[in-house]
Amino acid sequence: MHEYPITEQIVKIASDKAKENNARKVTRIALVVGEYSGFIGESIQMYFDIISKGTICEGAFLEIEKIKAKWYCPACDIYYLRQPFSFACPQCGKDGEPTSIGKEFYVKNIEVET
Amino acid sequence: MSGKEIEVVQNIYDENDKIALETKASLEELGIFVVNVMGAPGAGKTSSIINIIRNLPEEKIYVIEGDIESDLDTVKLKDLGINTIQINTGGACHLDAPTIKNALQNLEFSQPGILFIENIGNLVCPAEFQIGEHIKMLICSAAEGSDKPYKYPLAFEKADVILLTKCDLKEYVDFNDDFFLKGIRGLNKSVPVFEVNAKTGQGFSAVAEWLKHKSH
Repeated sequence: MHEYPITEQIVKIASDKAKENNARKVTRIALVVGEYSGFIGESIQMYFDIISKGTICEGAFLEIEKIKAKWYCPACDIYYLRQPFSFACPQCGKDGEPTSIGKEFYVKNIEVET
Repeated sequence: MSGKEIEVVQNIYDENDKIALETKASLEELGIFVVNVMGAPGAGKTSSIINIIRNLPEEKIYVIEGDIESDLDTVKLKDLGINTIQINTGGACHLDAPTIKNALQNLEFSQPGILFIENIGNLVCPAEFQIGEHIKMLICSAAEGSDKPYKYPLAFEKADVILLTKCDLKEYVDFNDDFFLKGIRGLNKSVPVFEVNAKTGQGFSAVAEWLKHKSH
């Protein structure tokens, strides 16, 4: 459900950018979706096919790059993937800090035909 | 016919966040402090709001109730004489900035005070959408279990204050305080955590005091 309005936003961003560049058609949209962005690629794809119909983005290929969430340990100065039910650094065992890695949710680029 | 790649790098939340910041700014001008109340269904969001309000007798209070359906919570609040409006999202799992912007047209702010916006009962998506709030208040009940910070990290990471409700049930549900707090601290080093019980009112005066300090 919640991917619907967000997918409308993706179509709008891609369409605006394409028109700015006098493109006829958008053939590919590259999205970057972090694990903690709360969005599911497959669901965006489903809505995209419906929402893009009749727009400059119709038929475009959605390329989704998924990013795993990473924690940071200031003591060891490393980034790591957390284990279930733990935030501990794999080197020193102390809890690290959440970072912005894994929260990405943006349109990276588009491919167009002019 | 030629394929050409165009750099975009535009955050998909931009539009929502822009509206949220506008809402926050316009409410600030009226002296309104906005609290986004988040938590799972049945965590005790409405009961917590009511108990906090009881401890803030000198503050002017406004409430927006977000629910998928029904106005049960709004009726409850209105019965207490609290200026409340209802939003029914008709299925949407969270409130977003445009929804709040529209709803605010139906709420009259006669004087400065605190606006509580009770989000949809859900521990996932409400954390991702700004709606114009100054702070996010996370309501988590003991009955939900002490593993919630590990399972829903974003809500705990983004919270500015956490209320552990129904704390009288801890002994019946094998609630593990250390595990719960360790999970919170792994995500959010400085967030204050208050233990409360809406049945007896225990703990809410401290929450109200904290909020009063924060909003002034």
